[in-house]
Amino acid sequence: MQDFGAAFWLAGELLVSGDETLAEIVVLSLKINAGAVALASAIGMPLGAILAVARFPGRQALVVLVNSLMGLPPVVVGLVVYLMLSNAGPLGVLQLLYTPTAMIVAQTVLVTPIVAALTRQVIEDMDAEYSEQLDSLAVGRLARIGTLLYDARASLVTAVLAGFGRSVAEVGAVIIVGGNINHVTRVMTTAIALETSKGNLALALALGFVLLTIAIVVNGAVGGLRLAMVRDAHA
Amino acid sequence: MLERPITRHGAVSALLPLVVEDLVFEAGGRRLIDGIDLTLEAGRRSVILGPNGSGKSLFLRLIHGLIPPTSGRIAWNGRPPGREVRLSQAMVFQQPVLLRRSVAANIDYALAAHGFDKAARRARTEQMLIEAGLEHLARQPARRLSGGEQQRLALARALAVEPDVLLLDEPTSSLDPHATLRIEMLIARAAQEGVRIVLVTHDIGQARRFADEVVFLHRGRIAEHAPAEVFFDEPGSEAARSFLAGELVL
Repeated sequence: MQDFGAAFWLAGELLVSGDETLAEIVVLSLKINAGAVALASAIGMPLGAILAVARFPGRQALVVLVNSLMGLPPVVVGLVVYLMLSNAGPLGVLQLLYTPTAMIVAQTVLVTPIVAALTRQVIEDMDAEYSEQLDSLAVGRLARIGTLLYDARASLVTAVLAGFGRSVAEVGAVIIVGGNINHVTRVMTTAIALETSKGNLALALALGFVLLTIAIVVNGAVGGLRLAMVRDAHA
Repeated sequence: MLERPITRHGAVSALLPLVVEDLVFEAGGRRLIDGIDLTLEAGRRSVILGPNGSGKSLFLRLIHGLIPPTSGRIAWNGRPPGREVRLSQAMVFQQPVLLRRSVAANIDYALAAHGFDKAARRARTEQMLIEAGLEHLARQPARRLSGGEQQRLALARALAVEPDVLLLDEPTSSLDPHATLRIEMLIARAAQEGVRIVLVTHDIGQARRFADEVVFLHRGRIAEHAPAEVFFDEPGSEAARSFLAGELVL
């Protein structure tokens, strides 16, 4: 319990002192997570919406696949991305291994199925309500997907938050493709793993509290945004 | 597009007559529409009347092309009910389906779907809001309106796109008399302006107020199709007589 008290104190000190190394790590973490969640949303939302409204052979199997991919083991994703980006791999010429970009790629692979699967469910429910009205208004297929995504915006915030939660907490993939290089690819979770292995439990725990604080702030801010959307749109 | 082009309405409508031949719809092994033959001519207000479960709403969805029939033929002036035909029609549902947007945006959306340009959309939206008495609610979230206001918005949205044919599925069944009156006034005005009205209801009073002709449905079949005065004074079928007498028609 002494560790917890000390860690709490240390976390406060770190936050108040404006430690430069910590700030660097926090900023990089936020950049990578924001980049990955943005990319994953740009891919996952249209994909989920198409899965929700399109009818084609194999659709049900694809839905099962996307749902299953929500549980992708991060180390496996890290390993696969590592193999793709390593010098011997097909994308080796890009020289992306051990860069923040590689970390964004790995996180995007992890987050996209979450966004896609949750979007698919939300849009399918909304399509059940809107379908006949949109048919009646002679709305085309593409416009229909846009309409459903826009009108589901308040619910889709939850899908984005779930994706953010996954990426911000993840360590296995980013440590493999990023390498936890100080000042280059060190993020909150990889720093925690490192300090733990070095025996700096109080510092590791303090970093953990900082990470938790970030998660709470982001969720709170986005949650507030969502409430405003609900007020404006739903009733 | 503010002035209704004269060719779009009335006797010269491009969509009428509607001809329905031997229409059958089955679901779950039950025959819910059981061989309907019907012709609706231009320029009249038709009420499709019948007890609950007689297939009225289903029939409306079929002729609007929202669901495909099991067999039979539906032709709007020779054309099947597809997207092209629906662009000249509008339907108001029993439970209004309003988009999660403002009142004005709901009307604007329908206009955009029908290809109105931006300037026309703005002018037409404003006009429809005034006609529906909703202009003071223009920026409110549509789903926060009262039931009557929601249905008025759904009707205003339907009329905004200048349909030749307006299909109404029990539009006032969950509304109070005051809200019902406002809806009926809007429908009556549209009819006067030449929009072909097809109204589904189980409300005999509403049918009396509206109908030029009555199509009486019973168990998925047409029990009677007659001018309103004939139908209400001397109903020819046993089912219609019982229904008008206020008996439970099974």
